[in-house]
Amino acid sequence: MNEPLIHVQDLVQRIGSQQILRGLTLDVLPGETLVLLGKSGGGKSVFLRHLIGLMRPVSGSIVFEGQEITALKERELEPVRRKIGMLFQDGALFDSMNVFDNVAFPLRERGEKDPRVIREKVEQSLARVNMGGHDKKMPVNLSGGMRKRVALARAIISPPDVILYDEPTAGLDPIVSDSINRLIRRLQSELSVTSLVVTHDLISCNHIADRVALLEGGKIHFLGTTAELRETEDPIVRDFVDGRSGETVY
Amino acid sequence: MLNTLGELAILAGETISSIFHGRVRMKLLLRQIAEVGFGSQLVVVVTGAFTGAVFTAQAYFQFASLNMETAVGPVVALSMFRELGPALTGLMVAGRVGAAMTAELGTMKVTQQIDALRALAVNPIDYLVVPRALAMFISMPLLVVECVGLGVLASYYVGVHVLQINGVYFFANVQKFTEASDIMMSLVKGFVFGGLIVFISCREGLMAKDGAVGVGRATTATVVTSSLAILIANFFLTMALNIVFPAGQR
Repeated sequence: MNEPLIHVQDLVQRIGSQQILRGLTLDVLPGETLVLLGKSGGGKSVFLRHLIGLMRPVSGSIVFEGQEITALKERELEPVRRKIGMLFQDGALFDSMNVFDNVAFPLRERGEKDPRVIREKVEQSLARVNMGGHDKKMPVNLSGGMRKRVALARAIISPPDVILYDEPTAGLDPIVSDSINRLIRRLQSELSVTSLVVTHDLISCNHIADRVALLEGGKIHFLGTTAELRETEDPIVRDFVDGRSGETVY
Repeated sequence: MLNTLGELAILAGETISSIFHGRVRMKLLLRQIAEVGFGSQLVVVVTGAFTGAVFTAQAYFQFASLNMETAVGPVVALSMFRELGPALTGLMVAGRVGAAMTAELGTMKVTQQIDALRALAVNPIDYLVVPRALAMFISMPLLVVECVGLGVLASYYVGVHVLQINGVYFFANVQKFTEASDIMMSLVKGFVFGGLIVFISCREGLMAKDGAVGVGRATTATVVTSSLAILIANFFLTMALNIVFPAGQR
């Protein structure tokens, strides 16, 4: 079996008096697309933010490529972050920059000065996410799906080892969602990248997942393939898959 | 209160450390100098000119009954240099620039753009705070000089051309009673007030939460806190700087 690319052990996080993560343990294997399912507000995005050092856990460890990252200071995290791309839920594009400058941003920040190289890479990255020809638009003039594509182009312009997707299809219509799912799949095969996708969209999960994990009560409750997810008789998993809230209607 | 002071001290420490480590982006710095310095011209010029003018009129009305009209010039000039110029420039810049800084950084915070910066391995202090702080440190003393200069010019115009004070005496007395130490006091105060405004504004912006309402709250807090900080600091600075640059020694 492959050594995990990311190893998370007993991760605990509290926000105020609420315990969000209660000893979460999970391995992400190199090259796989792991989908993390869970209820809204269940801590999926919080977990994702820990993997890139945007949040620090109360306790527990995260080992990325053999390096423990939870104790690293902000500047020490920068080399780790260069190996990880993240797609935020709303794209988090810089609204003072146009599409071209947004996508070129990581290149310029990493010292690339040659405008020809920058243009070539930006065009290549935008073409990869089917956003060629939109480079002069401002983020405010893009639809939700387009913003996510541009954000993805920005995340992959310096090809990362891992891409973290935070609800990539949330708020999108089924057709745009399908195109995003195909894009995630295509990027995985073209860039041989490891993907961790946080979502509660089961259709998306079925399209893209190599393995599926279900976050419940701050822990990983289920881990397996999509076929195993469909077949399991575990009541919590069944309720989630079948969309049952368990509440009584009077 | 102590928390806020601690956070301000940490932010100031990190910013100054970044500046000394040479993490300065010249393009961003020039853009901020244009925004802070050039963009504040009108408000500072109008504030300086009309403060000088109205102060001259009031001083004249009081001094005329004592036949001390020619003392109006130095009184206005010294007040402008030592107190009114720096304090009023600080208050105007806090309202115009400080509020805009908080609104911009706050919006970036609540729309995850600052998280995106961090995820792209770019330190938000280096990228956002350092150029703003340097621009403020450079611009504020110059804006204070401009405010004072326009105040004295307006004073001369109102005193000599409107209220018929003898121009030669007015000018000679201003020259006689104004020293380099008064100008130094102005510059030092401008520098300190610039620091107060920029760190309070950036802290409020970087700590903003709860969406648009939170950004509005942070912007209001910036204007109120900066203004109070300037007025309070002005008293202590006056007492301290009077030891270094004593008044009335000529």
